[in-house]
Amino acid sequence: MVTIRRMEKLIGVVLLTGVLASAAIVLFGGVLYMWRHGSTPVHYRIFRGEPSDLRSLSGIWDDFEHGSGRGAIQFGLMLLVGIQVIRVALTGFLFLLNQDKVFVVITFLVLALLSYALFFAGE
Amino acid sequence: MSTSLILLVMAFGSFVTGIVGALTGLGGGIILVPMLVLIFHIHMRYAAGASLIAVIATSSGAAAAFLSEGYTNLRVGMFLQLTSIGGGIAGAYMLTLVPVPALMTIFGLVLLYSGYLSFRRKEGAEEGRPSDPLAVRLRMEGSFPVAGGWESYKVYRVFPSFLLMGVAGIISGLLGIGAGAVNVLAMDQVMRLPYKVSTSTSNFMIGITAAASAGIYLHHGYIDPVLAMPVMLGVFGGAVVGARLLMFLRAKPLRIFFSVVVLIMAVEMIYKGVVRW
Repeated sequence: MVTIRRMEKLIGVVLLTGVLASAAIVLFGGVLYMWRHGSTPVHYRIFRGEPSDLRSLSGIWDDFEHGSGRGAIQFGLMLLVGIQVIRVALTGFLFLLNQDKVFVVITFLVLALLSYALFFAGE
Repeated sequence: MSTSLILLVMAFGSFVTGIVGALTGLGGGIILVPMLVLIFHIHMRYAAGASLIAVIATSSGAAAAFLSEGYTNLRVGMFLQLTSIGGGIAGAYMLTLVPVPALMTIFGLVLLYSGYLSFRRKEGAEEGRPSDPLAVRLRMEGSFPVAGGWESYKVYRVFPSFLLMGVAGIISGLLGIGAGAVNVLAMDQVMRLPYKVSTSTSNFMIGITAAASAGIYLHHGYIDPVLAMPVMLGVFGGAVVGARLLMFLRAKPLRIFFSVVVLIMAVEMIYKGVVRW
C-alpha cells in the first residue's frame, strides 16, 4: 500500500530525473552544434520542414550515434516526450499497487489514448 | 546579430515564459508564439513546434516541484485528463468539419467571461457545503500546504467538469491552443478548487496533453532542434523558478495575474478569429 503523498513524491522524483537528463542531453547537443556551426546564420522565416532524418525516431538515433549536435538535441527532446508516457504508466502502476480499480482503468485509458496519438495519429 | 546572441536572447525570453507558465498553469504558448513570430520573425509552424516543446518542458519542470510539495491533486488531474486527451484527439480529426475562425471568436469570448469570473471569485465561499458525492467516492478531496500547515478542501461538480474537459479538449484539438486555460477554469470555477491546486494540477496535465501531439509535429517537420534548444532550456529553468514563486506568493495576486493573462489570451484569440472570418 502506497499513500497518495508517497505516490506524488515518487512521480515527482522520476519526472525531475527524466527532465534533468533530457535537459543535459539538449545542452550537450547545443554546445556541440554551437561549437561547430555557431557562426552559421539561421533562417526560420520560411517554413521548409525539417530534413527527413530529424523527423523519425530511427533517423534521430542514427544522427545521435554519429555525433551530430542537432541529432543529440532532437534525441533529448524525444526523451522529454517519452518521459510523459513513462509518468502516466508509473501513475497507473502505483494505482494498481493501491488496488484503486477505478483509477487504474482511468490511467490506463489515458495511457492508451496518449500512445495511440503519439504513434498512429501522425501516419 | 550573431546566431549565439539570438539564441541567448531567445533563451531569456523562454525563461520568462516558463515563469508565467508555471504561475498560471497555462503552459506559456500565448507568450512564446507571438515572441518567436513577431520579434524573431520565425515561421508560425516552427514557432508552434517550439511552443509544443515549451509546454512539455514547463509542465515537467513545474509538475515535478508541485508533486513533491503536495500541491497537485493527482486523482482530479488523471480523471480530467481522460476526457481532455480524448477530446483533443477527436478535435484533430474534426478539423475539416468546423469553421475554425468562428469557433476561435466564440472561444475567445467564453475565455474573456471566465477570466472575469475567476478574477471575482472569493475562495472559501462554499465553506460548509459537502463535496459532490462522486468526489467522495473517487476520494478526490485533498489538502495542500499553506503557511503553518495543511489546508483541506472540498471538490464540487465532478461530472460536469469531466464533460466540460471533453468539449474543451475538442476545441483545443481544433485550435491547437487553450487546453491549459480550460483546465484551470474548470477546476477553479466548476470544481471550486483552491487556485494553487488548480494551477498545479493543470501544470501536471498540460505536458501529457501536449505530448499526444508530439508525434504529428515531429512527423511534419515542425520541431527544429536549434530553435527548440534555447526554448526548452530557458522554459525549464523558468518553470522551476516559477513553481517556487507560486509556493511563496498569496493566492489573490496570483489569481489577478492569471486573469490578466487569460484576458490577453482571449483578446488575441478574438482578434485572430475576427480577422480570418
